[in-house]
Amino acid sequence: MSEIELWILLLLAVTMLSAAVMVLLVKNHIAAVAAASVVSLGLALIFALLRAPDVAMTEAAVGVGLSSLILALALRRLGLWRLDGSKTKTNLLEHHVENRDG
Amino acid sequence: MIPAVTPELILYTTAIGLIAIGLAGVVLSSHLFRMVLALVIAEAGANLMLVLAGYRWDAVAPILTSRAEPAAMVDPVPQALVLTAIVIGVGIQALAVSILIRIRQRFATLDRKEAAERMDAEIAATLGAPRDISQEAPLGERPLPTLPADQINMRGDSP
Repeated sequence: MSEIELWILLLLAVTMLSAAVMVLLVKNHIAAVAAASVVSLGLALIFALLRAPDVAMTEAAVGVGLSSLILALALRRLGLWRLDGSKTKTNLLEHHVENRDG
Repeated sequence: MIPAVTPELILYTTAIGLIAIGLAGVVLSSHLFRMVLALVIAEAGANLMLVLAGYRWDAVAPILTSRAEPAAMVDPVPQALVLTAIVIGVGIQALAVSILIRIRQRFATLDRKEAAERMDAEIAATLGAPRDISQEAPLGERPLPTLPADQINMRGDSP
């Protein structure tokens, strides 16, 4: 594996791990679904680098496309589809307190 | 001793990190939808781990060409397994989301403790029994059942 592939892998790994942490910490549910689809997209690129092109195609189509579609439609159905830009500043503790209230 | 940064190290760290973050989210999150998202992340880490198990560092993609002598190939069996696991994962997501929609319709909440509380109350109301078991408080003292008369006599008579 060449040098350039190593750097691409490192970039993808950092992106996926930070997006996975963001899924749990971010307050807006739409942003959480978007971060989860970022994790799936990075996974598809890693599959392509690992010489598994069929798995990469399936992951890109099903994991990124269909899964995000299902989750977004579920957000609309569950009444969590809210675009509030006013409360973007938040920290971990406040998020947990907010969640506990329901 | 700092190990050298190899692709194996990066990929295994990513896979184990994704599984750990997903499991932590499933255990710790108090919102049910966030729990489903954490399940998706853990599943992604498991898929990466499976593909990584069959990977060889000096091989080509497992596609047969017309050449008689194939080069060294990546193991295609874990890739086929992962191909199935991705589709099953989307099915699990759809099932979990439909359960969430039912919970929302029935109990009008998506908080974990709140939903459990209301479900408990509904079960108690259906049975017509009082709720004596709380999730937070300890159970406390319970009266011990009385022993039958013959056992009490035997215990007193034995030397």
